[in-house]
Amino acid sequence: MDVTTFLIQCLNSLQYGLLLFLVASGLTLIFGIMGVINLAHGSFYMVGAYLAFSLAPVVGATIGGGFFATLLVGVVLAVLFGYFLEWAFFSFLYEREHLQQVLMTYGLILVFEELRSLLVGDDVHGVQPPDILNGSIALGEMMTYPVYRLFMSGVCLALALGMYFVFTRTRLGMMIRAGSTNREMVQSLGIDIKFLYRVVFAAGVAIAVLAGMVAAPVSSVYPGMGSTVLIICFVVVVIGGIGSIRGALFASLLIGFVDTFGKVLLPSAAGVLVYVLMALILLWKPDGLFKAG
Amino acid sequence: MNHSPTLLARRAAHVLALTALTASMAAAQTPGKLKIGLMLPYTGTFAALGTAIENGFRQHVIELGGKIAGREVEYFKVDDESDPSKATDNVNKLIKRDQVDVLIGSVHSGVAMAMAKVAKETGTLLIVPNAGADAVTGAMCANNIFRSSFSNWQPGYAMGEVMAKRGIKKVVTITWKYAAGDESVRGFKESFEKGGGTVIKELNLPFPGVEFQGLLTEIAAAKPDAVFTFFAGGGAVKFVKDYAAAGLKKSIPLYGSGFLTDGTLEAQGDAAEGLFTALHYADSLDTKRDNAFRLTYAKTYKLQPDVYAVQGYDAAQMLAIGLNATKGDATKSAEISAALGKTTIDSPRGPFTLSRAHNPVQDFYLRQVGSKENKKVGIASAKLEDPARGCKI
Repeated sequence: MDVTTFLIQCLNSLQYGLLLFLVASGLTLIFGIMGVINLAHGSFYMVGAYLAFSLAPVVGATIGGGFFATLLVGVVLAVLFGYFLEWAFFSFLYEREHLQQVLMTYGLILVFEELRSLLVGDDVHGVQPPDILNGSIALGEMMTYPVYRLFMSGVCLALALGMYFVFTRTRLGMMIRAGSTNREMVQSLGIDIKFLYRVVFAAGVAIAVLAGMVAAPVSSVYPGMGSTVLIICFVVVVIGGIGSIRGALFASLLIGFVDTFGKVLLPSAAGVLVYVLMALILLWKPDGLFKAG
Repeated sequence: MNHSPTLLARRAAHVLALTALTASMAAAQTPGKLKIGLMLPYTGTFAALGTAIENGFRQHVIELGGKIAGREVEYFKVDDESDPSKATDNVNKLIKRDQVDVLIGSVHSGVAMAMAKVAKETGTLLIVPNAGADAVTGAMCANNIFRSSFSNWQPGYAMGEVMAKRGIKKVVTITWKYAAGDESVRGFKESFEKGGGTVIKELNLPFPGVEFQGLLTEIAAAKPDAVFTFFAGGGAVKFVKDYAAAGLKKSIPLYGSGFLTDGTLEAQGDAAEGLFTALHYADSLDTKRDNAFRLTYAKTYKLQPDVYAVQGYDAAQMLAIGLNATKGDATKSAEISAALGKTTIDSPRGPFTLSRAHNPVQDFYLRQVGSKENKKVGIASAKLEDPARGCKI
């Protein structure tokens, strides 16, 4: 591997890692901070991708907007959707055992998959990136790098910084962190914890939907796409340390590098490398790299 | 992941209906009916393929007036969910509970292998209308096991011949690390190296992963003359788009097994334009036989037929030919095998015969993507026969 190839591979790793963070950060909120095992997280990602596909013509026809207008409308819908889901289903789960959370969120996966099949069908679809991001830049003598991938990385970085800021520097972030440590205590201090959790959940769903929408032009839109990202999201959250946004970002990048270089250098073991990494890290630090505290 | 509540309810209804049916049948035996068990994916990623196969199959039965070898046809359906772990149970449901005479299925290779195992043990007649696992008409071959589609080896081998003939010397292959990908690449390598080419690197990633960027960089660094690939479905869409976006399409031509661009062209868009693939069917064969088939199919189902519909249609043709030879007796597999062995099947894809292991000996078309169609540009490999390695009949 010469230096150019190595550098391009580093860029690939970085970009994949950031994409993982984008998908997994919503799960950090819901699973890491609220403590609900949410298997349906992958479905939210899928909903996002399908929204990007089916909303674009609707948005184009009604408000004449392009890709970014579609993103905005999608995120607003996602917040409402998340708010509704929390009210209708997840608010009953906080006090329950993990098994019941698993059962209900697994049920939601089935419902979402079936609804998707009924509404949009089982075909594979493509989503066009917006024209201004459709170009590519030369990289080395043969390869080019799509501008859209750089845009995705930018969105991920912005999101990571935004979340970090909200959590460590604002009053809302403080309340959320306190709530994750001790629900009753926060409530007895006069904070409406139910409403707070509903907002956090809606934000988690919105981030997953945003991830799906942003990733759609690159990943294309197909049945079962949610289940493929679900497992890797849990790996990110567990390696990073439950509830830690910094940890999730670090874990995503780590997985990005291990996965990309693993596929290139150790192709026969590429399928298990990420899980071996997780096992080793958990042996070393059972609470993950950055336990929130 | 594919259980749905409606499905469960539907299944429960099926069970009730079937118990009622068996009860009434015990009272008035109608031995004349030919029971056909369709074990296909009706939910999940491959749902559209299962439906196309069933449509094609039914189309030929309708053409025959609803009867095969004088016996009225009765269908029993099981959704195999493309789940190999449930396959043995599902086959047994059809064989033991419904007591079907014939099994048709399936799309997923793992499921088809489980079906072949059971068919081999019980002697039930099985026709595989899609799954390409080489072993079904290789090590697993038997008098009662047939295939109306292809073996994974075939499209790969056909493409290897084409690329070697075009004077391509150095190739990198890339696929998912699983049976269909491995077998396809093995077929390609066999003919390509025979023709004087070298495979300088075999890249693969775990199924069904779609993070190709690192491997594309490897391709660019290896600078081969061309790339051969096997991907299907959502993975194929993403690979073709990523390949074009990485700027490789201009400098390193991409060739593939036909599934790379089948049912995926709409989503691939311009990125697929001009790609060459090899398969036993194409969109514009423009033969009398194919045009008639496509017209009837489009009229009956309000859908455009695809390669899967053709394979389902031919499964019904093969069944009818076999059973006509035994006057409708599905248990005489040696006679069915002999009859099909000396018949040319008049398929919409073009006429084909069966190998001694019962896999189609057929033409593989070289197709090029143009205006969202897989257009036939020539024959990649004529009358290509799978070597049926490990078959002892």
